[in-house]
Amino acid sequence: MKHLICAAGCLAASQALAADPVLTVYTYDSFNTEWGPGPAIEQGFEASCGCDVEFVAAGDGAALLSRVRLEGPRSEADVVLGLDTALIGAAAETGLFADHGVSAEYDLPIAWDDSRFVPFDWGYFAFVGQAGADHPTSFEALAESDRSIVIQDPRSSTPGLGLLMWVKSAYGDRAGEIWEALADNVVTVTPGWSEAYGLFLEGEADLVLSYTTSPAYHLIAEEDDSKVALPFDEGHYMQVEVAGILESSDQKTLAQDFLTYLLGSDAQAVLPTTNWMYPAVLPEGGLPAGFETLIQPETPLLMSAEEAQAARDAALDEWRGALSQ
Amino acid sequence: MARRPVAIGGRLGVGAALTVALCLLAPLAAILWRAGGGVAPGAADWAALRFTLLQSALSALVSVVLAVPVARALARRRFAGRRALIVLTGAPFILPVVVAVTGLLTVFGRQGVVNDLLGLAGLDPVRIYGLHGVVLAHVFFNMPLAVRMLLQGWQAIPAERFRLAAQLDLPPCQVFRLLEWPMLRAVVPGALAAIFAICLGSFAVALILGGGPRATTVELAIYQAFRFDFDLGRAAMLALVQFAIVATAALVALRVTVADGSGTGLDRAVMRRDAPGGAWRLLDAAVLSVAVVFLSGPLLAVGWRGVGGLDRMPDGLWQAAGNSLVVAVLSALLAAGLALTLAAARRRWVEVLGLMPLALSALVLGTGYFLIANPLIAPSRLALAMTTLVNVLMALPFCLRVIAPALDRVERDHGPLADQLGLRGLARLRWLLLPRMRPALGYGAGLAGALSMGDLGVITLFADPERATLPLFMYRLMGAYQMEAAAGVGLLLLCLSFGLFALFDLGGGRA
Repeated sequence: MKHLICAAGCLAASQALAADPVLTVYTYDSFNTEWGPGPAIEQGFEASCGCDVEFVAAGDGAALLSRVRLEGPRSEADVVLGLDTALIGAAAETGLFADHGVSAEYDLPIAWDDSRFVPFDWGYFAFVGQAGADHPTSFEALAESDRSIVIQDPRSSTPGLGLLMWVKSAYGDRAGEIWEALADNVVTVTPGWSEAYGLFLEGEADLVLSYTTSPAYHLIAEEDDSKVALPFDEGHYMQVEVAGILESSDQKTLAQDFLTYLLGSDAQAVLPTTNWMYPAVLPEGGLPAGFETLIQPETPLLMSAEEAQAARDAALDEWRGALSQ
Repeated sequence: MARRPVAIGGRLGVGAALTVALCLLAPLAAILWRAGGGVAPGAADWAALRFTLLQSALSALVSVVLAVPVARALARRRFAGRRALIVLTGAPFILPVVVAVTGLLTVFGRQGVVNDLLGLAGLDPVRIYGLHGVVLAHVFFNMPLAVRMLLQGWQAIPAERFRLAAQLDLPPCQVFRLLEWPMLRAVVPGALAAIFAICLGSFAVALILGGGPRATTVELAIYQAFRFDFDLGRAAMLALVQFAIVATAALVALRVTVADGSGTGLDRAVMRRDAPGGAWRLLDAAVLSVAVVFLSGPLLAVGWRGVGGLDRMPDGLWQAAGNSLVVAVLSALLAAGLALTLAAARRRWVEVLGLMPLALSALVLGTGYFLIANPLIAPSRLALAMTTLVNVLMALPFCLRVIAPALDRVERDHGPLADQLGLRGLARLRWLLLPRMRPALGYGAGLAGALSMGDLGVITLFADPERATLPLFMYRLMGAYQMEAAAGVGLLLLCLSFGLFALFDLGGGRA
């Protein structure tokens, strides 16, 4: 094991010798893959900042927040990129995040005025299924139909939590009733998005909880138009992905520059076809071809961070109660 | 067991046991300390505990009951490919969960082979989701492990006894009663307890195939406490609950395990000329065929699917594969060495301690180490070292269950002679233990290496770009919609895990 520690030491030394300051960005796993937005954004920002951007992938959004909380003020991260609206409340409570001081003209369906978190992309949750079928157009119709669905567990995944909030914000006190009616449609509940989407592609269920933008991936990257997202009359719950600067960062100015770059046209243009989400600020070239085929929900649903925090535990109990029958 | 003067490593073994205990308790203490104390379990936690116990008990029972005929057939038949078949029994256990589940779905899923066949026969499709799905997957993972444990038991019955039974022309039922039943009495409780304990920690399988919140396990509750609630007190409490159940299971297993009373043989290869022929031979062939289909079907499915993704292998793959290999080989060697050291102490409590890592989830260990390391050094610098440490601990119980009985047998059968010859210390290791324990050591190291290869737990807590492992790499691909590439990585992972396992296992020699 010794040589591992030596190797780690050498790496640290080589970083210390380098002249450029290092900006450490914690993000979720899929962000910094060959197909993710990470490489392009890193390259783009490094071209002008005179710095070295280092992405550190740390699980999904929830795991990201846990990691930051574990490290506390000793964290090496300057920027945390990839929390979402369900986690903002808990993230703000930690007191680890600083005001970002960045402003932009957001193209979000909702107003945004959070001083600590900058939205960089967003999407609508939706059920995705095969094109050509006669699909239900509401939770109630879905519950009455014989369509099988695979969803994610709200206790271990952010889309699972999003679905919980979706039903809650659309139906309020009737949420428990809706879940009871949906129970016989649920084939299974997976720990995360990857497993659920995998099961759907294997044909284990008719529908999977994903995003309205998922069909764009199949259409643009695979030239496959067989997947569609189902428009629901109740409206669609949003997931807004945010980034924040840590109070403990010793590169705050650089971190601000990075967030400004992230909201600029270059970075925003990368997101739709790498992260498969909508850009938070519409880039100059607009959305890529193919995005115009996606459904456009008329009623965006989103709870504030406080509402979501307050509603979560009761909603989780309803969900568990209804699906445990 | 009368305690004789311990010839090698008594003190060393005790020291190692105390180190293991420290490695287990320190992270729990760190979490409790950071949390400022534990909290009482709620109603949902108790429900999770009940489900966890139920599915673990069922999985252990079914796995062992099905393993008995398979191990028996393997023990008394000699045929071409037998050795390969025994190595194959190591494969499912070491598969990363997400790879294995894909394989199982190809066979048992809605569009799977089984439902196709049922459809052809005009029968309704079966659903793999629910308690039976969880048990099915756990049996797929653990039945082969039970086969190996039982097979070692069968091999340990001296050949002379079977020859005597054959000379006396004893009917199979008498052979079973006189020779095989006492062995089963000795080996089965340990196998049951080991598989029970393994299934207690099940998380992804129970969730994916469980069908919903009914299938909540304690491990999921721990996961939630860490990831979403960041409730360290609750996580530590749940970890203690899990620790208590597994400790109880391990103690019960050791208590009901009777000393193997077969006595000394002449250490020759077992030749089973006594094995009954005719219908019995056909029955054994049928049992083995079913086992081969059950075990290899999902594996072939993974291979078939993965081949399509092989031409899409992304950058960084070989680095991740290299990281995984380094961690796996280190884990294999360290875990086998540690298990040998613990076994050499030949004390019950040392062995019980060695089984305890099974009781702590990797997430608990990792988080604890993170908290301990954080004030001293950036934890990401220790990513691979931490992953190796946790993997060694996680594999230790399996190694120990394989290595300790083998060492016991060698000491009982040949120890007195070695004592008379004054073989002590390294000489005893070199001349007495290693030659006779090679199969057990090889199998133990193989298990440890392969388990570590497929592990996706701790690394997510510590990982940074240079230190991804293959399973993590695969998850990242799935998250980026690269399902085919992920399947290709899954195949590579399967090949590396299984290759490493086979290398150690075959290197160990006959079993």
